[in-house]
Amino acid sequence: MKIPKDLKYAQSHEWVKLDGDVATVGISDFAQGELGDIVYVDLPQTGTKAVQGEACGTVEAVKTVSDINAPLSGEVIEVNEGIEEEPTLVNSDCYGKGWIMKIRISDKSKLDELMDADAYREFSD
Amino acid sequence: MSKKTPFYDQHVAFGAKITEFAAYLMPVSYTGIRQEHLCVRNSVGVFDVSHMGEFRVDGKNAEAFLQKITINDVSKLLDGQAQYSAMCYPDGGIVDDLIIYRFSPESFMLVVNASNIEKDFEWASRHCPADVVLRNISEELALLAVQGPRCLEVLQPLTSTVLKDIGFYHFAEGKLAGKKMLISRTGYTGEPGFELYHEPADSAELWDVLFRSGAAAGIQAIGLGARDTLRLEMKYALYGNDIDQSTNPLEAGLGWITKIDKGDFIGREALQKVQESKPARRLIAFSMEERGIPRHGYDIYCGDICVGQVTSGTLSPSLGIGIGTGYVRSNCAKTGQEILIDTRGKKIRARIVKPPFVDRSPMNL
Repeated sequence: MKIPKDLKYAQSHEWVKLDGDVATVGISDFAQGELGDIVYVDLPQTGTKAVQGEACGTVEAVKTVSDINAPLSGEVIEVNEGIEEEPTLVNSDCYGKGWIMKIRISDKSKLDELMDADAYREFSD
Repeated sequence: MSKKTPFYDQHVAFGAKITEFAAYLMPVSYTGIRQEHLCVRNSVGVFDVSHMGEFRVDGKNAEAFLQKITINDVSKLLDGQAQYSAMCYPDGGIVDDLIIYRFSPESFMLVVNASNIEKDFEWASRHCPADVVLRNISEELALLAVQGPRCLEVLQPLTSTVLKDIGFYHFAEGKLAGKKMLISRTGYTGEPGFELYHEPADSAELWDVLFRSGAAAGIQAIGLGARDTLRLEMKYALYGNDIDQSTNPLEAGLGWITKIDKGDFIGREALQKVQESKPARRLIAFSMEERGIPRHGYDIYCGDICVGQVTSGTLSPSLGIGIGTGYVRSNCAKTGQEILIDTRGKKIRARIVKPPFVDRSPMNL
């Protein structure tokens, strides 16, 4: 299972990469593996207010639907339209081409509430 | 306590994602539901379905007993033949759907859903006369399904029984891979195929032999996930989703196994009334006309009116669109009718279609 060191992780299995005040968000390798073949992604509209810990989209696998929770609060400024067309990118490249959305975060300090790679590895074990 | 089938170690060795289903640790998928699904449609796959329940029914009055507790006409069965049927409660609700095998006029086997084994056995026992012996032999039998257009390539070299001669919903008792087996021309995928009932002690070796024999055909292990998408593309009912004790066989589209005129059976009176007054709702099949995947429990709308609920739904791996089944009021149940599926607040267009969703048939071996 891949857990890149430079990312932060939420208990609901999203990853976050912070660049200035913009957080890129996706779901972890563990999450995509548990879901299996992802066949549909429902993304939030840009401009949506994301609230930490609350659902702002969904990923659907053949068998199940799972919420995408916002790992941090802020405004959704961009979504990955590529995964609407090709949802399997979330399986094949969850930390790269399978990213889900970008959030301009309102409170950087909240980043400390997320897990680092080591803590997440233990959490998802 | 979770139980393991005799194939548990094989599932782990094949890298299966395991889940608990009907108290058994079962494989959901190995390489991915979509890929496994297409393997069965295009080539051949092997399913461990040992969790299914089997009951033996023996005695002079075995047929009369089965005639009373099931809704199809058991008297139509010949030796070596199988029949899809169901047990109903007096109110017409479904206890379970099942397959009846006839060995001789006084000897039968019932195959029931894993999650209903105890309930079914209790129900059948309650109606079993003293001169019929009813035994739960679920633990004594393991079951592998080999399904797909290339199934003969895999199986025929392993047995002297001429498999082509076993008709659809017929079976033969013979040897396969050197093991004693009941070879049944049945399945739950829409593809031609066989189900192999055998002793658990033979399971591990049978698995290995099958995979060796099927290597050239690209044989793969298939999990419960693809089993569900395969059966849904054919609109085969799944107990607990599409049928249960609150649904009757007539509204569920199982009129073809409901033989009101065969004589008395449990549920007959209630079902006769339903037949006379026509079912108030029907289990329909629908395809999504916009992006979205229907799921169990979603509301179905006809215009602004909620007319029913989805009972099964998935993204069809063969078609690449959302498909589903659900009960809707009979006046909205016509093929071609446009409906809306309330997908977590978004109403998405769908249309009622004539099943099966895919142009496949298990008849053509």
